[in-house]
Amino acid sequence: MKVAVVKYNAGNIFSVIHALKRMGVEPLLTDSAEELRRADKVIFPGQGEASNAMHYLRQRGLDEIIPSLTQPVLGICIGQQLMCRHSEEGDVDCLGIFDAEVKRFVPLKHEDKIPHMGWNSIQNNKIQNSKPTLFEGLDGEFVYFVHSFYVPVCKDTAAITEYIHPFSSAMQKDNFFATQFHPEKSGKVGQQILHNFLEL
Amino acid sequence: MLAKRIIPCLDVKDGQTVKGTNFLQLRQAGDPVELGKIYSQQGADELVFLDITASHEGRKTFTDMVQKVAAEIDIPFTVGGGISELRDVERMLSAGADKISINSAALRRPELIDEIVSHFGSQVCVVAIDAHQDEQGWTCYLNGGRIPTDRNLFEWAREVNDRGAGEILFTSMNHDGVKQGFACEALARLASELTIPVIASGGAGKMEDFCDVFAEGKADAALAASVFHFGQISIPELKEYLKKENINVRI
Repeated sequence: MKVAVVKYNAGNIFSVIHALKRMGVEPLLTDSAEELRRADKVIFPGQGEASNAMHYLRQRGLDEIIPSLTQPVLGICIGQQLMCRHSEEGDVDCLGIFDAEVKRFVPLKHEDKIPHMGWNSIQNNKIQNSKPTLFEGLDGEFVYFVHSFYVPVCKDTAAITEYIHPFSSAMQKDNFFATQFHPEKSGKVGQQILHNFLEL
Repeated sequence: MLAKRIIPCLDVKDGQTVKGTNFLQLRQAGDPVELGKIYSQQGADELVFLDITASHEGRKTFTDMVQKVAAEIDIPFTVGGGISELRDVERMLSAGADKISINSAALRRPELIDEIVSHFGSQVCVVAIDAHQDEQGWTCYLNGGRIPTDRNLFEWAREVNDRGAGEILFTSMNHDGVKQGFACEALARLASELTIPVIASGGAGKMEDFCDVFAEGKADAALAASVFHFGQISIPELKEYLKKENINVRI
């Protein structure tokens, strides 16, 4: 199986590559349209700032290529946010795969610390007329988050997590999948989610 | 709900894990990568690796170890020890560390916090504070607890918070190595005054101490070394116990 990881100016790409290697997959890190189209699976990972990331993707035409992919695509963290319509972070238009607006967490009380960082639990959200999510059987399991912006619960929400209020900890639409958390840093549960994606 | 974190800390010297009691005596406790892997499998939520080597060769060994940890372990980890400029941070992050922790360098030059935050983001910047309490109050120390400063713990912690650090790792020198519980009073005050998470360190001796540090000390995470390294407390048992005590932990 050919797994491509989208190469762009986001941090933490190597942790995804390490996770895939631990699962016996040798991924290809690339920003070439041809190689991305040819891959069986595409992972769009990262950590970083949305408007800088979008600027980089536009310069390389990746803003056109990623939404046009037809094989399973998995966005991680900022990857999920960039797959939405617009982000409050840097007030930037994003890829528009999910019809959702990325918002900044606003604390409601002293204990609400931003970024939302650490292990929090996920709940499956059944999407009408959709195939099973990547999170079947993982209700209530803990995964690792680090983020200050979030996607509200919407029609493409595949899993929900509660922090300050419920938000989309995972999304799914057609061949596009995304997690706000880092499966590559989420121990066994994270590995199961990556495995489920690779098995699609 | 966000889980309270249990963090084993591995002090590393020349590629080997060691743990000091009251910062002075060192005892051998194994290979850091293997030990880290075991802790991760047992349910540790994060790992901290502290480089206590002074030599240049030691630094190189430590960077190699960070790369191995990043390749083999699937939970977040922080590295610290000897990080004094942006270049050191860059080296650790490119080796695969999720976060770095700075201590003396931040006290000597607080602007380093701002620089790390603007280059790499708040979430990578953990500021460690070693402090000792006497009649005058809580005083911050440099160089692994060897040199006192004129900074007060709460003032310094507030400054660290306001400069944008992602977390504070507070070690009470009075409690460290004594195994009689964490500095819950000081921790609770930090939690009420700060807007960033606090990791409690120093004093873990029994499972009840962890319950107290979360319930009374309001800590977001608890760090310990020897009780884990020498098997006095096992992480799976600790987490089951905390869950029974209604502390939200990841199991």
